Amino acid sequence: MPVEPTTVSVRGGMFQPRVYRAGRGEPLLWLHGAGGMAQGFTPDLEALAQHYEVIAPVHPGWDDTPGLEHLDDIHDLVVYYQDFCDALGLRSFYLAGHSLGGCFAAELAAARPDMVRKLVLVAPVGLWMDETPVTDLFVLLPQELPQYLVADPANPSPAVAQLLRPPANEEEMAERLYQQIANFAAAGKFMWPIPDKGLKKRIHRISAPTLILWGAADRLVPPAYGELFHRLIPKSQLTVIQGAGHLLPLEKTEEYVREVTAFLG
Amino acid sequence: MKFHWFHLMPWPHLPDDFQEKHRSVWVDVDYNLFDPVKGHHVYNEYLDELEYAERCGFDGICCNEHHSNAYGLMPSPNLIAAALARRTERAALVVLGNSIALYNPPIRVAEEFAMLDIISGGRLVAGFPVGTSMDTNFAYGVTPATLRERYYEAHDLILQCWTRKDTFHFNGKYTQVRYVNPWPRPLQQPHPPIWIPGGGSLETWDWTTEKNYLYCYLSYFGYIRGKAVMDNFWRRVEELGGDDNPYRAGFLQLVCVADSDAEAERLYAEHVSYFYNRCLHVYTGFADAPGYRTLKTVRAGIRAQVGAAASALRQNLTWKDFVEQGYVIAGSPDSVAQQLEEVIKGLRVGHLMCLMQIGNMPKEKVLYNTKLFAEKVMPKLRGLWSEYEDRWFIKPLPPEQRARVGDIREPAPAG
Repeated sequence: MPVEPTTVSVRGGMFQPRVYRAGRGEPLLWLHGAGGMAQGFTPDLEALAQHYEVIAPVHPGWDDTPGLEHLDDIHDLVVYYQDFCDALGLRSFYLAGHSLGGCFAAELAAARPDMVRKLVLVAPVGLWMDETPVTDLFVLLPQELPQYLVADPANPSPAVAQLLRPPANEEEMAERLYQQIANFAAAGKFMWPIPDKGLKKRIHRISAPTLILWGAADRLVPPAYGELFHRLIPKSQLTVIQGAGHLLPLEKTEEYVREVTAFLG
Repeated sequence: MKFHWFHLMPWPHLPDDFQEKHRSVWVDVDYNLFDPVKGHHVYNEYLDELEYAERCGFDGICCNEHHSNAYGLMPSPNLIAAALARRTERAALVVLGNSIALYNPPIRVAEEFAMLDIISGGRLVAGFPVGTSMDTNFAYGVTPATLRERYYEAHDLILQCWTRKDTFHFNGKYTQVRYVNPWPRPLQQPHPPIWIPGGGSLETWDWTTEKNYLYCYLSYFGYIRGKAVMDNFWRRVEELGGDDNPYRAGFLQLVCVADSDAEAERLYAEHVSYFYNRCLHVYTGFADAPGYRTLKTVRAGIRAQVGAAASALRQNLTWKDFVEQGYVIAGSPDSVAQQLEEVIKGLRVGHLMCLMQIGNMPKEKVLYNTKLFAEKVMPKLRGLWSEYEDRWFIKPLPPEQRARVGDIREPAPAG
């Protein structure tokens, strides 16, 4: 049975985010990346739900949802996620995020170290090195995206194949393009024109034990950033997974889940 | 009917293999293709052409703003307008315009436009474009999803700058100023005419109509494709209760006049080809940043003017195609006049912006094209819409109140 999202009321109903929830155990809050949650509860989340109660909200503005008009910057977003946690009664939890969601997770962990028991950052953005720029996601053409997102587009895992499947017809193609434009427009609020919105001034506040995961063949956010995050987060460890790109959780699901569960316990 | 002479100020020295060797004329175009000494001549020739257009009787001379762009060498159109303000006397200085979302505080635009209006004796037309995605998001780094909000806020601040005479505060989301009191404010009252150049987005039509501004559709696709946009514009104006006065709309059209149709092809074909194949060669990834267009407009499926889709439409077009499909209106004076009458009536526009320097067209051809148009085409069309009042045009100072520009006499010896 696929996991269907429910709606949660945050800040007196000002936000009504979609939330995917499944599994039992310690709560694990999962923050998705720029691409949104249109793929639903993907196999990596299914696997984690065997160990934890996975809570995967759609960020306001993603997947054609409202709410982003109330969020101007990363500070607003961090306050929003505190309201979100209050609405769900989440006081102490595992926190994980991928890509832009990794940036959100790092910011939340820095702002509220008391709430985050352990932190998992999967190829996060949020830092910047002039000599190693993050690829400009926003100028990539649709046909160029796969080579930046996954290590080996010619030999995709089932989850990656599902993501990259050709559209069935023109309507589906137009709809997907629309969703991508909408999601990237939302991401731009936190990444444009350079994904460096001051995390470097706050990152030292992260006190949770932190696992940083990176695909060795990540062509969107180069693995050098893994070392930088590792250097700046006090109690962190870095694991680089061979044969994986930016969509590491979908590309190497088994290995990824093994690393995460070993770390979280 | 009013005629304006529009200059894009393209770099005319892009190499023959530009399209093959370079991915974009805009944003990351190779600066090694520019040469400042040649640039010195280019700018001065282009200014001569604009001045000449006034002399020939055009109602307005137009410039616009682009950044990191090899077909638009005017990052600051106000400098061009300032140069023209002193060297012209009659024509409207149509600045189309300042991308007001790019300036913080936007008071700067209010001030510079006011200076231009005063120096020119009330001849400024103030254009407020949102600005293309290439200019605003890529070359100037503005977050696409915030661009329009910034634009509307900047507009509100500029209007207050122009219409309020007190010192006031402005507490905006993007601009906060405790003491707003620009010196000077414009000469034209309550403010210079405001023209909104648009590419066909739904929100712009509504807003322009509500504010009772002039809407100009600056398309390089010509009138046949422009018709659909202008029809929708007029439908929206009617729905919103605006009148059908054609002077509330303007349209840009490439125009090439010669003694005969064949002569037009011989004189201008290479420059039209340069314009479409080199000047408009824009990398698709820069054409339309996600969030630049509102999601409502994306849903409506309005396509960007540049980028692969637009280029594909133009691929392998010949002179004959450009003319037959209306990208360019070209031919003998009679033929051009006849075609333009169709354009003007079909689109219902009271202001026509003629693009008569096209691509790498050299000065002598530009002057020839301009002169022929003014002498043999314009008079045939002047009387169109004479039953309507143009409420969207400049109100300059009467001649007796005008300054004597350049009136320098050697000072008498002291004592």
